[in-house]
Amino acid sequence: MVIVAAIFMVAGLFVFAIATIGFLRFPDFYTRMHATAKGDTLGTLFFVIGLALYYLHHGFCWLGLVQGIKLILIAVFWLLASPTATHALLRSAFESDLSPWTKDGKAIIEWPPKRRDK
Amino acid sequence: MIREQEDIIIQTICRFFIPFMQVYGLYVLVHGHGSPGGGFQGGCIFAASFILMAILYDLSEVKRRFSEKLNVVFFSLGVFIFVGVGWLCLLLGGNFLDYGKLSKILPADPVMARYYSIAVIEIGIQITVMAIMVSIFVDLLTGGEHEGAAEEEDAGSNSK
Repeated sequence: MVIVAAIFMVAGLFVFAIATIGFLRFPDFYTRMHATAKGDTLGTLFFVIGLALYYLHHGFCWLGLVQGIKLILIAVFWLLASPTATHALLRSAFESDLSPWTKDGKAIIEWPPKRRDK
Repeated sequence: MIREQEDIIIQTICRFFIPFMQVYGLYVLVHGHGSPGGGFQGGCIFAASFILMAILYDLSEVKRRFSEKLNVVFFSLGVFIFVGVGWLCLLLGGNFLDYGKLSKILPADPVMARYYSIAVIEIGIQITVMAIMVSIFVDLLTGGEHEGAAEEEDAGSNSK
């Protein structure tokens, strides 16, 4: 069980590392949020599942099961909240006319964008 | 640009989240003795649910559910619980917040009286912190103008 938990945690750290590289190397807000949002969500999911499995490494006991369930709940709520927060950030950036980065500096979308309301 | 209504994704998820945040605030409160947590943290989490509600719908929605009169009652009530337990200990012959003396009126020995009295104190702290946090947020949004200020002013001018 410890081996499986370690594999999950290392996978989570790997995803976190990729997210950090993406955050440092990508050119503008949209692409950076793209990298960190996905990396954070999946990395936290892997890591928390690994911790939940680690609680059961003494053998199956009631206390370990309760702690594992609490950690899985954290993972579920994180899985819902993190993409929503990213969505809200990106939506407000888009609606306040932040233009996406392009290689030659030309705008790739028609600006101002068509508003949803009004 | 201020939208009339928030995005459908954010609306759905936040509406799902607010009750869970409130339950989690109470969970943090009741686990204050044995694990990290307590009244202050629980109150902040509870207030965060109201702030999320204000972001999601509107300030008027928060005021409808948790009006400013109720707010004043709540933060006074929290301070009352805290100081009341403290003075009860003082009246029973101990120091301020000397919970062990409460065993004279509670059906428990001094150790358990101390244990449960800390929970009562934490409840008072939670109520006060929640009300004050919501009040600070509302004041930041409205610039300190509380509801009914205009009517009070009118009533004052009429009486003159």
